[in-house]
Amino acid sequence: MTVSAPSDGAAHASDGQGAASLSAARLRAVRVVVSFVSGLLFAIGLGISGMVRPEKVIGFLDVTGNWDPALIGVMVGGILSYALIHALYTSKTRPLFEEDWRHIPRIGRDLPVNAVVGNVLFGAGWALAGYCPGPAIVSVSSGQQSVLIFVGAMLGGLLLYEFWERSRA
Amino acid sequence: MDLNPVYGGILIGVASALLFVFNGRIAGISGIAGGLLRQVVFPSQRVEKETFWRLSFVLGLIIGGVVIAHTGVFAEFAPTASAASVPLLVLAGLLVGFGTRLGWGCTSGHGICGIARFSPRSLFATMIFVGTGMVTVAVLRHVFGLLN
Repeated sequence: MTVSAPSDGAAHASDGQGAASLSAARLRAVRVVVSFVSGLLFAIGLGISGMVRPEKVIGFLDVTGNWDPALIGVMVGGILSYALIHALYTSKTRPLFEEDWRHIPRIGRDLPVNAVVGNVLFGAGWALAGYCPGPAIVSVSSGQQSVLIFVGAMLGGLLLYEFWERSRA
Repeated sequence: MDLNPVYGGILIGVASALLFVFNGRIAGISGIAGGLLRQVVFPSQRVEKETFWRLSFVLGLIIGGVVIAHTGVFAEFAPTASAASVPLLVLAGLLVGFGTRLGWGCTSGHGICGIARFSPRSLFATMIFVGTGMVTVAVLRHVFGLLN
């Protein structure tokens, strides 16, 4: 029994026996593997980019002082490569191993006040320690006390958000 | 000129785009980590379906981190410690954790994926958090003499 990769916009199991559940499970398994590879490459990219070095991040934010513009290159490299690949695939009816694009948010034109506040809080926190979520998680295995404390507090902040959001519902 | 930031950025972009093309998901770290935490405290069927791939992605991040931090290959890129004091680290973590969720994303979700998709919302968000970061460093470092 085989499941073929979608070429016509749908995944098929060639013998049709229990097709729907097996192909859905196979798709899920592939997505899990892809996620791991994506995370792995993402982490290595973060390392090469210098973003796991708080002093480089703060140097990039230190526009009125000793400015290190290096991280502009990270944004440019990341945005251009993503934009190119995205532009090639976004018109397809579905991702390669998913049924549809429902998990991709619609392009938003505005930012509610709360979200603006969130961005301000994030920007301030980012500048204080030089960590944002990705680099912090990537750096955890270094065992450095600063990373571990930051990540612990970040989990706390994420938790706080969950309870806060729930209380407003 | 050191082009490593560009190469690193390209790899980040490609890794994120992989998630888009294959899985139809956005590689926004705050959403991925936040979503996992949400499933821990407020489990739901809908969020549960997203748990395995998110765990897998975070595992990839951590293993990638091991490669960066502990193998000789990437020694010149290994993570360095933050100079921030413990109270500042705690405050920073709380702000980043809460703020990224409230703000619907972080440097990966808004800064890379959002801008690459020509999302005005993500462009605004990125300008706001980068701008705030710049103001914060300017004030703390050059007015109050901290962060040095």
